Amino acid sequence: MSHVEFIAPTSAEQAAAALLAGGAHARPLGGGTDLLVQLRSGRLPAGLIVDLKRIPEAIGIRQEGGAFVIGAATPGAALSEHKALGLAWPGVVEAANLIGSTQVQGRASMAGNLCNASPAADSVPALVAARATCVIVGPGGRRTAPVEAIGVSPGRTSLAPGEFVLEIHLPPRPPRSGDAYLRLIPRTEMDIAVVGAGVSLTLDAAGVVTEAHVALGAVAPTVLLVADAGAALIGTKVDEAALNALDAAARTACNPISDKRGTIEYRTKIAGVLARRAATIAYGRAEKRA
Amino acid sequence: MMKRQHISAVVNGDPVDFLTDPGATLLDALRDDLGLTGSKEGCGSGDCGACSVILDGRLVCSCLVLAVEAEGRRVETIEGMADGSTLHPLQQKFLEHAALQCGFCTPGLLVAAKALLDVNPDPTESEARYWLAGNLCRCTGYDKVIRAVMDAAAELRQVRV
Repeated sequence: MSHVEFIAPTSAEQAAAALLAGGAHARPLGGGTDLLVQLRSGRLPAGLIVDLKRIPEAIGIRQEGGAFVIGAATPGAALSEHKALGLAWPGVVEAANLIGSTQVQGRASMAGNLCNASPAADSVPALVAARATCVIVGPGGRRTAPVEAIGVSPGRTSLAPGEFVLEIHLPPRPPRSGDAYLRLIPRTEMDIAVVGAGVSLTLDAAGVVTEAHVALGAVAPTVLLVADAGAALIGTKVDEAALNALDAAARTACNPISDKRGTIEYRTKIAGVLARRAATIAYGRAEKRA
Repeated sequence: MMKRQHISAVVNGDPVDFLTDPGATLLDALRDDLGLTGSKEGCGSGDCGACSVILDGRLVCSCLVLAVEAEGRRVETIEGMADGSTLHPLQQKFLEHAALQCGFCTPGLLVAAKALLDVNPDPTESEARYWLAGNLCRCTGYDKVIRAVMDAAAELRQVRV
């Protein structure tokens, strides 16, 4: 990391201009828990680091109407401290808080987790299931995109030169809604997901699911939004038949690799199991949020 | 030639100024520019916690913070933990429980444990173990560390009453 340059702009537009001018080796810095490791190891070539933390919109959690706006560089620890966010989106907060140690939580952000573009990123399936969107700033101004549109393959994003994620938006939450995220790791802490599953759903007054979204991590080159798995829950009370249909849809969507963390067969099986369990937890939470 | 940047920060309550390379970590600056060598570099990748410091109230790995990011920030390190020659209760309990052998991880463990007790004066053993999961120790097997932290927490609660 000997030839790094660093700037800390105070507006999003200044940051976008600097990133564009910095070319292919310019990187936005949120918490740095991925970026600084990759720069130091030489996996990323050193260039210009553009710190986002002095941009007011990039830090903190704001409520706008019923929506939550989370600044791109907001650390995981701030998410767990925000009571209203935890009540509305417990699955998203749990997913973000699974990442790394207390020290990592002091720095690591969900937008960084998203833009690092790992298929095993823990916060991303929960955000996708939540139908979160992100505000992207670039040389051409601002645009909004669904979270699942950012990652295109391991380590690569759809962001154009000069673009970066400024905010993540979680939509207004109707009553009787719940979400959950589960991941499998072979130990209790400090590991990367073998499989992750996020579920978000909304019930009617009779307890029947009216809207459901299911996302899977670490079973394909990108996090997957599995429409068939969500559809399997709609019109049900998440009974055994619905869970069987969800399980089958989740397994069908899987396109994993075999590696030291798990085989194709194991990951596929576990994706169904975690989707079932996450759906059951999300349903229980939705029933309690009348 | 690389441009060194001038940084003003507050370390353990004292204003400090230093010049640093943009690529240098906060850990580098603490150790090499400010002479505060209590924070250790174990892994340099945020896995071991030996470089733990408190940055604007949050526990972080100083190896994963750029020194230039510290501009205008408050940093607390192990050097600020004792009150003159009086050890912090955590430091005293680490000695009493023999919660260290080689000592390399100890500054990071103490800073992390202090950050825990600052926000949660009455942690369960399970909460303490999860909180300290990012502090690796190859000597103690952790049990003595946890006993020392729980004992210090109990003593600090007595002091507060």
